[in-house]
Amino acid sequence: MNRVDKKFRDLKNKKKPAFIPFITAGDPDLQTTKALILEFEKKGADIIELGIPFSDPIADGPIIQASYYRSLVRGIKVSHTLDMVSDLRKKSEIPIVSMVSYSTVYKRGCQAFIENAVKAGLDGLTIPDLPVEENNEVFETARKNDFKIVCFVAPTTTEQRMALITQKSQGFLYYISVVGITGVRDKLPEDIVPNINKLKQITNTPIAVGFGVSTPEQAKMIGKVADGVIVGSAIIREIEKYSNEPYEKLVKYVGEFLGQLVVGAKG
Amino acid sequence: MTTTTLKSRKLEREDLAGVTSFPDKTGHFGRFGGKFVPETIMPALDQLEKAYLEAKDDPAFNAELEYYLKEYVGRPSTLYYAERLTKKLGGAKIYLKREDLNHTGAHKINNTIGQILLAIRMGKKRIIAETGAGQHGVATATAAAMFGIECDVYMGEEDMRRQALNVFRMKLLGTRVIPVTSGSKTLKDATNEAFRDWMASVRHTHYILGSVVGPHPYPMMVRDFQIVIGREVKKQILEKEHRLPDYLIACVGGGSNSMGLFHPFIGDKEVRMIGVEAGGLGPEIGQHASTLTSGKIGILHGSASYVLQDEDGQTLPVHSISAGLDYPGVGPEHSYLKDIGRAEYVSITDDEAVNAFQECARLEGIIPALEAAHAIAYTMKFSPKLSKDKLIVICLSGSGDKDSFEVAKKLGYKI
Repeated sequence: MNRVDKKFRDLKNKKKPAFIPFITAGDPDLQTTKALILEFEKKGADIIELGIPFSDPIADGPIIQASYYRSLVRGIKVSHTLDMVSDLRKKSEIPIVSMVSYSTVYKRGCQAFIENAVKAGLDGLTIPDLPVEENNEVFETARKNDFKIVCFVAPTTTEQRMALITQKSQGFLYYISVVGITGVRDKLPEDIVPNINKLKQITNTPIAVGFGVSTPEQAKMIGKVADGVIVGSAIIREIEKYSNEPYEKLVKYVGEFLGQLVVGAKG
Repeated sequence: MTTTTLKSRKLEREDLAGVTSFPDKTGHFGRFGGKFVPETIMPALDQLEKAYLEAKDDPAFNAELEYYLKEYVGRPSTLYYAERLTKKLGGAKIYLKREDLNHTGAHKINNTIGQILLAIRMGKKRIIAETGAGQHGVATATAAAMFGIECDVYMGEEDMRRQALNVFRMKLLGTRVIPVTSGSKTLKDATNEAFRDWMASVRHTHYILGSVVGPHPYPMMVRDFQIVIGREVKKQILEKEHRLPDYLIACVGGGSNSMGLFHPFIGDKEVRMIGVEAGGLGPEIGQHASTLTSGKIGILHGSASYVLQDEDGQTLPVHSISAGLDYPGVGPEHSYLKDIGRAEYVSITDDEAVNAFQECARLEGIIPALEAAHAIAYTMKFSPKLSKDKLIVICLSGSGDKDSFEVAKKLGYKI
């Protein structure tokens, strides 16, 4: 069984939401990324969303853009990230889903990309710039490999598209909480709850919510209505803050920050 | 003779009838095109496509568009026989399609008038756009001012420096010019920022993309709004020469002026179509923007097309003296025309373009945009090999007034 499916099944039994931190592979370097993943697991993260840096991410705000940039200028390639994941698998079974641009997947070839990802020990992908109608090969290849392609639903998504997306999404659904790009926000929109309830009526696939979730209070609010809470920019901002410190210190401080979010989300 | 031209000779008229009906219903031109954007803006693209297809068949919409193109833009633009250039080169007879004579000095306004009418039809309250050389930005700001709609234009900091005059023009027209400081600070990054704005503003804002790039329906829609260039050329050349031209030559950045010129001739297989890309400083990575001549298929800004990327799909740096050609992608339909051998693509260096810029000024009394100077430069290399009975039409996509400072700097003049 895929690690993502198993994790959501276990959490469902415990009646707890999944806490899903996002970090960028290679920011500030891959050794730190690996150490952060292990620390996050210790602090109670359930699934890791591992961002594969891309030069032109149109769904991302300044914090994640800057983080991608820091990784890319260090010369981090997809192959380095996959090597890091393989290495990490010697120590951890935490489910890892990679956020990757379709530009990167397409360049390698969908099949080759997914096969390499499976071999490295990734459990799935979120591809923000691949709408469900574009490439069925991605979903088919994933299915054959017990690998998950997690699809997005946005507040602008029509009911017709919702039906299509819920049929296609594997592992879980990623509900984008705001109309906009990733980033830290003081307030989350009020239509989250009705939209999630609408989704729950048409699918049994777990629903995780991301974009803008940045404080323990917001994590708590989302944890009550959704099956998963995704926090990205707020964590990246912490990493950036400590990026000049020795990496043990960075890992410790960011880990403590994450611990508070976990407590918020799980109540 | 290149292999592509041999291949193009084999294409029959019936095959080409199919080609002109592209894109298919899902927005693909063969393996190119499509919609590769975040889910948040997918519904807006569906809405735009629906609104466009309805408007396209609505006589009232077309009458309104025609009215503004005639009375406001000043169409039709002339097809001018460049006599001294022709004599100097000694080969084919050369005509210039004078898109520089349009209001705002470039072909870009053909598209912005069309899209703003569509935005009004869709009830959108705000306009955003990206711009490289500033010509699309000015054309958008102009249309927005004329219709009284709020407008924000994203422009790379580096381009704002190179095109300070256009920045000021946009401000005069009441548009907010938002400097883009990410990445290479040029057109690619301005496009990223415009998309990011649209991610948040999509419910009430229309994004006027300036070229035949981006997700479906943009490549189709922008082409259709620029097709007026080629349609007029066809009519004008038949009146003047009683036959079709042998060669169409136009510059290609994203590819909107060239696609507008080429498209009505796709079915006329005796007409050879040549797109001219920016060869910049040379063939090394980062020194040029020759996407079709040296790129490979990939995804950028919402569609599959030839792109300049590394093995991980990361966009490579590009360079051109012309801010309008300084782009690592190209329209999917151009990619398709290249693949089937219907159009050919070549490149011209910065120096060759600057030389053509000056030659055109001295010989014809026309200062061409640096973008269009690439098409002229290729003609200067190509035409002398041709016999006198051949006909070339160059799309003079815009005026070079905006480039005077940049060229002066390059030539060592102090203004």
